[in-house]
Amino acid sequence: MTKRQGLYLDGVSVVFDGFRALNNLSLIVDPGELRAVIGPNGAGKTTMMDVITGKTRPTAGTVRFGDHDLTRMDEAAIANLGIGRKFQKPTVFDALTVFENLELALKAPRDPLSCLRWRLNAVSRARIGAVLEEIGLAARAADLAGVLSHGQRQWLEIGMLLMQDPELLLVDEPVAGMTDQETEQTAALLRRIAGHRSVVVVEHDLEFVRALGEKVTVLHEGTMLSEGSIDAVQNDPRVIEVYLGR
Amino acid sequence: MSGITATPAARGIPPRLLVRGAILAGIALLAALPLLNLLPAGSALRVSDFTVAVTGKWICYAVLALAIDIAWGYAGILSLGHGAFFALGGYAMGMHLMRLIGPRGVYGHPVLPDFMVFLGYRELPWYWLGFEHFPYALLMALLVPGALAFIVGWLSFRSRITGVYFSILTQAMTYALMLAFFRNDMGFGGNNGFTDFKELLGVPLNTQAARSGLFYAALLLLAGCLFLCRHIVSTKLGRVLVAVRDAESRVRFLGYSVTSFKLAVFTLSGMMAGLAGALYVPLVGIINPGEFAPGNSIEAVIWVAVGGRGTLIGAVLGAFSVNAVKTWLTSFAPDLWLFALGGLFVAVTLLLPQGLVGLFRRRAR
Repeated sequence: MTKRQGLYLDGVSVVFDGFRALNNLSLIVDPGELRAVIGPNGAGKTTMMDVITGKTRPTAGTVRFGDHDLTRMDEAAIANLGIGRKFQKPTVFDALTVFENLELALKAPRDPLSCLRWRLNAVSRARIGAVLEEIGLAARAADLAGVLSHGQRQWLEIGMLLMQDPELLLVDEPVAGMTDQETEQTAALLRRIAGHRSVVVVEHDLEFVRALGEKVTVLHEGTMLSEGSIDAVQNDPRVIEVYLGR
Repeated sequence: MSGITATPAARGIPPRLLVRGAILAGIALLAALPLLNLLPAGSALRVSDFTVAVTGKWICYAVLALAIDIAWGYAGILSLGHGAFFALGGYAMGMHLMRLIGPRGVYGHPVLPDFMVFLGYRELPWYWLGFEHFPYALLMALLVPGALAFIVGWLSFRSRITGVYFSILTQAMTYALMLAFFRNDMGFGGNNGFTDFKELLGVPLNTQAARSGLFYAALLLLAGCLFLCRHIVSTKLGRVLVAVRDAESRVRFLGYSVTSFKLAVFTLSGMMAGLAGALYVPLVGIINPGEFAPGNSIEAVIWVAVGGRGTLIGAVLGAFSVNAVKTWLTSFAPDLWLFALGGLFVAVTLLLPQGLVGLFRRRAR
């Protein structure tokens, strides 16, 4: 992490067939910040992620990561910039060990011949070891991913993203289906990851967002409704109106 | 994918060294057979000519099974047409053996094989040129199946044709080749194929020296392929293949070109099958289009399933054990064989999803 870059969205709109999925959305995430984004269904959370990762082009507005204009880059280029995205459904390789899963995600030449000749050196081993510590699965390194619990699989998937050394991590609903304890540990994990890198978490679970203990952005109908600490946001009359209805 | 098949290293059972020991012991045991064949008749330990010949044939089958297993068991590519690669390798060697007959054929033509004289050929077709040289024939036995596997694989994997669609495609491939090779004007002897071979590398084929030599060549090929495959699956390449088998799109998402991995393993597999066929033909003394029959390919897949797919050693065990049963059963009730084979497949699928190797593993635990 030599140069640290922030994420900057300004006046972003996305229109699908006349439907405004995002409406003049502005959002700034500082380097190393952990940000939770919440909002009811259809608020534009996923569209926002799609815009940042290049899956969807904004109709209007600016999307920058440091000096880079993300609206001019394709998905692969954005991923290579160091923006990693974790999708909702975890997919890890069940027949491989936790360690081997991370090894496959490690930055290295990706062609068959290089893989045949690949030898794990001390640097790579240390890198995998560090991520194993970070995701709390060091003790499970030699176990097959197939025997992990749902929560552990999510962590492993986050670990596979970390192996690619992203500067900004976008995490989509990480705690869906987790036990309370796993939810707590996931919050701790994301807090650990942030600081080294920026993390944006989209989540429904307000308890989890409270456990993250960081700045919260509330989206509604494609635009930012409120921003601040979880307590400030929960006491914002506009947020109460949107979540509870009049 | 159901059925989690771990690499032995990951599972810890059976330990890699134990398996290596068992493999070496098995190879040593097989290597002793031609020596026991040399014992005087009447000796208790003497192994008959028939046993040596049949075991040599099974060794070639075991290489074919290995080729299927590295593609199917590891990369999830189920080919139901691997017999085609085997047969093409066999034809390449058969062409060499035909050229070696020279003027000793029934018609006594100095160059043309009997069937060409019979069909009124004036000269050798261009694609027969060079086959009088053993290294060239051996190279073709490797390259022609490899090229076919590469082309079929490239067309399929690039278009993301997977699973059962790919299996059907490979069935069609071997069936089409069978029909083509049945035609007299293909220049491969039509439905009679090639036979009446005289010698290979200067050694008359009907001698004990030739039988032992071919047996050891096949055994060397099996050992080489087994160690090569075991090496591959122990590297990151092997782990990527397993990942492709279980979650292809996720592998793509990690930045690997799934197509090139599948293509690499499928081409290698086709080449292994081709070499197995090349050694099989001088051992059995005949090659004809029947080798392309779709049933042959399916039978080979059943060997792998019976032995335990995704284990390599299981493919070898499966090829030996199923063929042992076949040899025994067809000696007194040949009509029952297909029923037995079908029953075996159903039984293994239901009772032993990890095949014979799974049985050992359960015992070890």
